[in-house]
Amino acid sequence: MRPAVPLALEIAAARAVASLSRLAGRGGGTTIPGKLLAALDPGAIDRLAARLPAGAATISATNGKTTTAAMAAEILRPRHRLAHNSAGANLVSGVASTLLAAGRAELGLLEVDEGALPEVLRRVRPRAVLLGNLFRDQLDRYGELELIAERWRAAVAELPDGTRLVVNGDDPLLASIAETRIGAVAFGLDDPRVARPSLQHAADSKYCVVCGAPYEYATAYVGHLGDYHCPNGHLARPPLEVAAREIELHGLERAAFDLVTPDGTRRIDLPLPGLYNVYNATGAAALARALGASLDEIAAGLGRFGAAFGRFERIAVGDKGLLLLLIKNPAGANEAVRTLVDGGAPRTVVIALNDEIADGRDVSWIWDVDFEPLLAGLDRLVATGGRAAELALRFRYGGMDESAIEVVPDVEQALDRGLELTPPGGELVVLPTYTAMLALQRVVAARGLARPYWERAA
Amino acid sequence: MTTIRVGHLYPDYLNIYADRGNIAVLSRRAAWRGHELEVTGLGLDDEIVPGAHDLYYVGGGQDREQLLVAENLAGKAEQLREAVAGGSALLAVCGGYQLLGRGYKGFHGEEMPGVGLLPLETLAGDRRMIGDVLLECELEPGVRRTLAGFENHAGRTKLDPGAEPLGRVLAGFGNDGESGFEGCRSGRVVGTYLHGPLLPRNPWLADWLLAQALAHRSGGEPPELEPLEDGLEAQAHEVAAGRARARSRR
Repeated sequence: MRPAVPLALEIAAARAVASLSRLAGRGGGTTIPGKLLAALDPGAIDRLAARLPAGAATISATNGKTTTAAMAAEILRPRHRLAHNSAGANLVSGVASTLLAAGRAELGLLEVDEGALPEVLRRVRPRAVLLGNLFRDQLDRYGELELIAERWRAAVAELPDGTRLVVNGDDPLLASIAETRIGAVAFGLDDPRVARPSLQHAADSKYCVVCGAPYEYATAYVGHLGDYHCPNGHLARPPLEVAAREIELHGLERAAFDLVTPDGTRRIDLPLPGLYNVYNATGAAALARALGASLDEIAAGLGRFGAAFGRFERIAVGDKGLLLLLIKNPAGANEAVRTLVDGGAPRTVVIALNDEIADGRDVSWIWDVDFEPLLAGLDRLVATGGRAAELALRFRYGGMDESAIEVVPDVEQALDRGLELTPPGGELVVLPTYTAMLALQRVVAARGLARPYWERAA
Repeated sequence: MTTIRVGHLYPDYLNIYADRGNIAVLSRRAAWRGHELEVTGLGLDDEIVPGAHDLYYVGGGQDREQLLVAENLAGKAEQLREAVAGGSALLAVCGGYQLLGRGYKGFHGEEMPGVGLLPLETLAGDRRMIGDVLLECELEPGVRRTLAGFENHAGRTKLDPGAEPLGRVLAGFGNDGESGFEGCRSGRVVGTYLHGPLLPRNPWLADWLLAQALAHRSGGEPPELEPLEDGLEAQAHEVAAGRARARSRR
């Protein structure tokens, strides 16, 4: 039942709370108004979304959803005024807040948490839905990834015929979800030169969804993403409508590739490193194309792109540099490690492991990460965060000499210790989990080195 | 130097909660004592040969993967029972623990066979039991030690009357959230829901398992292992134990 309060009044009340929350210094206030609105009247989200003249698109994935959404935003911004949850508030409440604050926005571009996707799809009824990847992640919070996949499968089956589904065809689980959907667009990578020699230890979804036989991989790129087929003929990677070919990875600096689409091919020079960002860019391109962007707009937007907040961030600290790379699950951390090693392995690294709800209470995932390629070049590890000792054990049992490991649980002290170990002109690499990254950004902001994210996102 | 032969069951299927961390701990702690751990993966097509391994390890998997191996393992139950009767040690974690019992009954009545090595069975519950957990164990009379881990399971495991649990729950859910006990121990066989992984922050259990494996190798008594400097392990244990205690106060 609709409450008697008109939508406009609810919006005004919720916005006032957001301003108050910011004034009170309680962080960005990015989800508080949405929480209020969702509690007052959950149906208001549906009506807010329905007001967007160009409709909405959603972006979900275990890894890279914030970056992919930001890339799509950069491509689409010249075309539409956007309602985009760029600060990463991606639960139902965050989506509500974004729609509330949208004002005269035309197109909703919504990053959505994996668990929240079914409800958001039901309420927002987007024009296009991007499913980027599913990796094992925070098992204590999301449950097993098969469960998420089943919920996604059911939600996709409920989508209206007009909704365009854009999926990463290199992910067998997602390809199986899209298999029977008319007009689904698959994107992926097509360059065996950048493939892994074998599936990584933490690879998921290795077995055919129909018969349970292990997939055979012609190429494996990131985790279980690659060019696979079931030996019994049940499932194979679909033809890629949008693909990245001729990929060049330039260490920690950038990546370049040919974006191949039915409209033609463009060379993309991405000011971001790593194969995972090639996936993000290819996904963003496929989504933007489904929303009507031209190849010129896509190429220009990706060329302009700057990293999504904190996922990959370089900050100057006096005569030294700070490189922040978010790690949150085995697949993402493996790619961070690979990118670091490609760029010349660091001699000092600070790794921050927290176990708050947003990080996952269960820290077992660090044992599934292939940190070992870092060890050869590493002189010193500063382990920090609430579970610093556990992280130190991961490296000790991975073969690092205990005398080269320092345990400094306080994140700010660990940052200072890392900077102390970094020579002038050098760059300190910091790999934080989500809440540790927020803590580091607060430290950096308090020292006047970078603006808080809610100011930048505005 | 002794070579300790480990049979790692279904490493491709049962590895969800960082089971390789447990293997890494066994391997390093053996090496620091001058022994070598030789780990052999035993997959769907491999036989279990009684006497060939001093220690078996079975990890945890997602429901789907567990189902894929359950029948296969049940088909090798006789050999595994014979191996254990011959003195091989065994550690089973989470899904592997459930497989060692008589079986698993799902929500809709579907049944997954077990090996019948431990006197227990498991029924699906409606709510997952998730969080940090702390146990007190007494594997040898009078020697009480704690285990700190993380549990995440929907199955409720019921021990038969007279069965020996691995430990008493100081904080957390344990086997079924109500008995106050966790895991099961029978001779040199240990089954538990605790991962995290289990052994890095509980090195005494790693050493206990290595000693049992060495006893199988030599045919004698479990040896006293040379103590190691376990400062980091103690810190990690303390933090994890603190998390579990904080939760039980809530």
